[in-house]
Amino acid sequence: MHIAEGFLPPAHAVAWGVASAPFVVHGVRSLTREVREHPESTLLIGASGAFTFVLSALKLPSVTGSCSHPTGTGLGAILFRPPIMAVLGTITLLFQALLLAHGGLTTLGANVFSMAIVGPWAGYGVYRLLRRFDVPLMVAVFFAAFVADLSTYCVTSVQLALAFPDPSSGFLGALGKFGSIFAVTQIPLAVSEGLLTVLVMRLLVQSSKGELTRLGVFLAGKRSRSGTNGTDATNQTNETNEANETTGTVTR
Amino acid sequence: MSRNAKINALLLLVVAALAVLPLVFGMGDHKKEPFAGADAEAETAITEIEPDYEPWFSPLYEPPSGEIESALFALQAALGAGVLAYYFGLRRGRRQGELRVLAQREGGQDPTAEAPGGTGGSGAGPDRLTERA
Repeated sequence: MHIAEGFLPPAHAVAWGVASAPFVVHGVRSLTREVREHPESTLLIGASGAFTFVLSALKLPSVTGSCSHPTGTGLGAILFRPPIMAVLGTITLLFQALLLAHGGLTTLGANVFSMAIVGPWAGYGVYRLLRRFDVPLMVAVFFAAFVADLSTYCVTSVQLALAFPDPSSGFLGALGKFGSIFAVTQIPLAVSEGLLTVLVMRLLVQSSKGELTRLGVFLAGKRSRSGTNGTDATNQTNETNEANETTGTVTR
Repeated sequence: MSRNAKINALLLLVVAALAVLPLVFGMGDHKKEPFAGADAEAETAITEIEPDYEPWFSPLYEPPSGEIESALFALQAALGAGVLAYYFGLRRGRRQGELRVLAQREGGQDPTAEAPGGTGGSGAGPDRLTERA
């Protein structure tokens, strides 16, 4: 999904930068607030960023005969909400733009928009929606990561099609072209990302149940509306029940 | 192997299969350059749509060779994996520590042990812990 350095016309590059900036600024604020109010979160935030680091370095072969990489943004979006993920994703993209010549500074805004903003929000939205209808936690986690991954690549396709409409078939023709390069390649990788995110979430449920409870990860049904840090006394029993169900198989 | 560990191993196995199967079935054979990056293919598509397009900015730093580039990618993955491993290792260690304290407290209620709430490491606790681990 990395649009290479200089491959977006200046007007587009600036427009995507302007669109992304407020999300990242808001994200930095959310991040500093979270770290100040809950210093114990720092480690898990670091782990979420690390997950994105690993997954976006893994270029995997796909059924289309080309290679692409997952994004790893679904996990952090579920745990800490999308604004914080906007920051972590931007850091990853900056690392790749500066050291690996992968992506670029002029296309940073566009790449941040697809991977660090739309991906996390789409994944988080799916997660919340599924949990509203009491879909089991791990199923919701799978689809959240799947959608976060795939939507990122769809946005990249749209961005390129807007910048380079096909001379004969226009925007839609170009969208089909870029979509077949990015989105189709990405489908099996999005499945992989979903499975890996489920794996990490399973390990987290085993190792950090208290932390996940505080973050509201186990909230389901109507209670899931109350946001992330909802740990009202009434919620608590239900949360712990589900937490226990999810870890029912953990050897004690 | 516990049921939990089996499920985790199965998840990894499916991910590995998804990565390996396209290679095994030669799904890149129809391409001039099999299994190239999708990003590079998009650049080619751009130059197909607009042959005159010239990138107007070039990276400040470009890895001088494929080797250096792969080294930096490996570094990125290693950094991420290192932090993740640190996190899970620390959590596991902390939980074992908590269990040990719990075991010691239980041991403390033993008539032979010191008063409850004391440091109470009176033989029974640590032994039980090693059985658990």
